[in-house]
Amino acid sequence: MQYKVLVVDDSKLARMVMASAFRRIRPDWSLVETASADEALAVVSADKVDVALVDFNMPGTDGLELIARIYQSHPDMPIAVVSANVQDEIIARARKLNAGFIPKPLTDEALSAFLSGAALRLKRAAK
Amino acid sequence: MRPNPSHLTEIEQDALAEIANMGVSRAANSLRQMVGEQVLLSVPAVGIVTRQEASRLVERNNIKKLVAVQQSFQGPFDGRALLIFPEVQSLELVRAIVGDQHSLEDVIDLEHEALAETGNIILNGCLATMANVLHRTMGVSLPTIVRGDGARIFELEGFGSEAAFVLFLYIDFNIKRHDLHGFIALLMDLPSTAALKAIIHDFIRGIEKQPSDYAG
Repeated sequence: MQYKVLVVDDSKLARMVMASAFRRIRPDWSLVETASADEALAVVSADKVDVALVDFNMPGTDGLELIARIYQSHPDMPIAVVSANVQDEIIARARKLNAGFIPKPLTDEALSAFLSGAALRLKRAAK
Repeated sequence: MRPNPSHLTEIEQDALAEIANMGVSRAANSLRQMVGEQVLLSVPAVGIVTRQEASRLVERNNIKKLVAVQQSFQGPFDGRALLIFPEVQSLELVRAIVGDQHSLEDVIDLEHEALAETGNIILNGCLATMANVLHRTMGVSLPTIVRGDGARIFELEGFGSEAAFVLFLYIDFNIKRHDLHGFIALLMDLPSTAALKAIIHDFIRGIEKQPSDYAG
C-alpha cells in the first residue's frame, strides 16, 4: 500500500535527510514537504494525507501545537514529532497528544519502526 | 582555563563538568551519526572566566575567523549554547554531513541550512540531556549563525557590560578523516550561574541520598 506522508520542517536539510531515508525504506510512499505550520495546515485541509512527521522547533507555531490542530480534523492520523529536543517534557507532551517521537539525527531504524506502526494502523482503519 | 575558586567549589565544578560531559557526549554521538565516523572529544573544561579569556580559548592557533551556530536557552538558568569552528572548515563540515555526492555548488548553496540544522541537532542534544539529568525543562531558540572572532561570537545580547565574567563550559571535538576541529560551548552569565549552582546542589544531594550499593 502506498501512503502519502506530510513532512513539516523549516530546515531544508532536515527535509532532504527525511526524503533520503524514505527512498531507502519506503520508496513507494509519496512525500509532501512543507516548511511551516501554516503551509502544513493548508496541505492537510486540501490534500489527502495519511501520515505526518513534524519538527518541533519551528518559527511561529511549534510542532506540538501544529499536531494538536491536525488532530482536531484528523484524530486518527498517525503523527510523530521529529526533533533533536529529546527533553523528557517534550516527549511526554508528544505522548500525551498520542503522537510518536522520533529523535534527530534521524535513523532509518527509528523512522522505519514508526512507519510500520503507522501502516498497521492505517490498514486496520481501512477495514 | 583559570577557574575562579571563589565562585565554584570543587564539587560544584566536578558535578557541572560531569553533567556537561553527558550533554556534549550525546552531542558528539549525534555528530558522529551525521558524519558517519568517529568524533574524538576532549575532557570537558568548566570555569568562570572573562569573556576575553573565553574568546582566546576558542581562537586556537590564533585562528580568528570563526563560525558559530548558537541557540539561546531559557529556563531555571539562561544562556547560550554554541558550536564553533574555523570558518575555513565550514564547507568541509557541510560536506562531511551531506556526503561526497554533492557538487561544490550544492555544498555552498546548502552551507547556511546545513550549519543551522547541524547546530540545532547537536546543541539540542546537549541541552536536552542536561535538562533531563537535572529534571528541569528548558526552552531552546531557533539556531542562528554568527561569523567573526571570539569577541564577536561571545557578544551577548541582553547581557550588560557588567557581565564581564561568564560561566564557560567547553569541549573540543575532532573529526579525524576530515581534519575538522571545533568546540561545543555553553555560556552563562553570573545570575544564571547562581541558579544553576542551586540546581547542582539538589542534584548532588539526590546522588548522596541514593542507597550506598548504587554503583552508577
